[in-house]
Amino acid sequence: MSANSIVFYLLALLIIGGGFMAVTSRKIFRSAVYLLFSLIGIAGLYFWMHYEFLAAVQIIVYVGGIVVLIIFSIFLTQTSSLDMPRPNLSRRLFAGLAVLCGFLLTSTLLLQHTFIPSLEPEGDTSVSAIGMKMLSVGEGGYALPFEVVSILLLAAMIGCIVIAIKAPGDK
Amino acid sequence: MNQIGLTHLLVLSTSLFFIGVYGFLTRRNLIVMLMSVELLLNSVNINFLAFNKYLFPGKLDGVFFSLFIITIAAAEAAVAIAIIINLYRRHKSIDVEDAEVMRD
Repeated sequence: MSANSIVFYLLALLIIGGGFMAVTSRKIFRSAVYLLFSLIGIAGLYFWMHYEFLAAVQIIVYVGGIVVLIIFSIFLTQTSSLDMPRPNLSRRLFAGLAVLCGFLLTSTLLLQHTFIPSLEPEGDTSVSAIGMKMLSVGEGGYALPFEVVSILLLAAMIGCIVIAIKAPGDK
Repeated sequence: MNQIGLTHLLVLSTSLFFIGVYGFLTRRNLIVMLMSVELLLNSVNINFLAFNKYLFPGKLDGVFFSLFIITIAAAEAAVAIAIIINLYRRHKSIDVEDAEVMRD
């Protein structure tokens, strides 16, 4: 067992463990912190796969942005020391059953299928290559999705302001 | 290259996906449901990058799909949290059972 696979299994443990604790923990603040660990594990997995730029984006956007936003909204909306009510047994049972069936089905299909690994050499995944491709308008360029996503971000920003703004009559 | 193949990564992302589904189905707190959705989106990202790395190593398309998914997830989280905070102002609760009426 090489060091490479040991690192992979440690990261997998962090991701799965963090995710599982995040959805089962009854204290919402702890849940957010477990989600943070899971997301950091995913960033580590991207480093492991040699996608350094994606790993950096993952840390900046998820760990630095979304989790902080979630923690702020937890502080704004409830007392974090209070336990959340435990979901009732039938809901947990049926959800667990559905999830188990789905997982078994998908992983059986995955394990039966043989993927043929590509033999072509690893391409350039540096930031400059990603940037050139992102703004290229030629064959296989991503300039149009880039612009569409920028409009989406603008729309989301305006939408957030409109939703969160206090009407003048409200207390 | 190493013993860890595409299948390992796909099984990892499948488990993460179904953990997210479990959280989404069982929890009734809107913030925890949002966190479960983030887990789902992240597992999809792992899938895209794994396929890009092992099946199409010369291309960058998986990287771009992941980047756009991360962007859209950020926008989605921001809008969702704005809605949740607005809901809390009106109902003093962020439980989905208490939010049956969308307008007042």
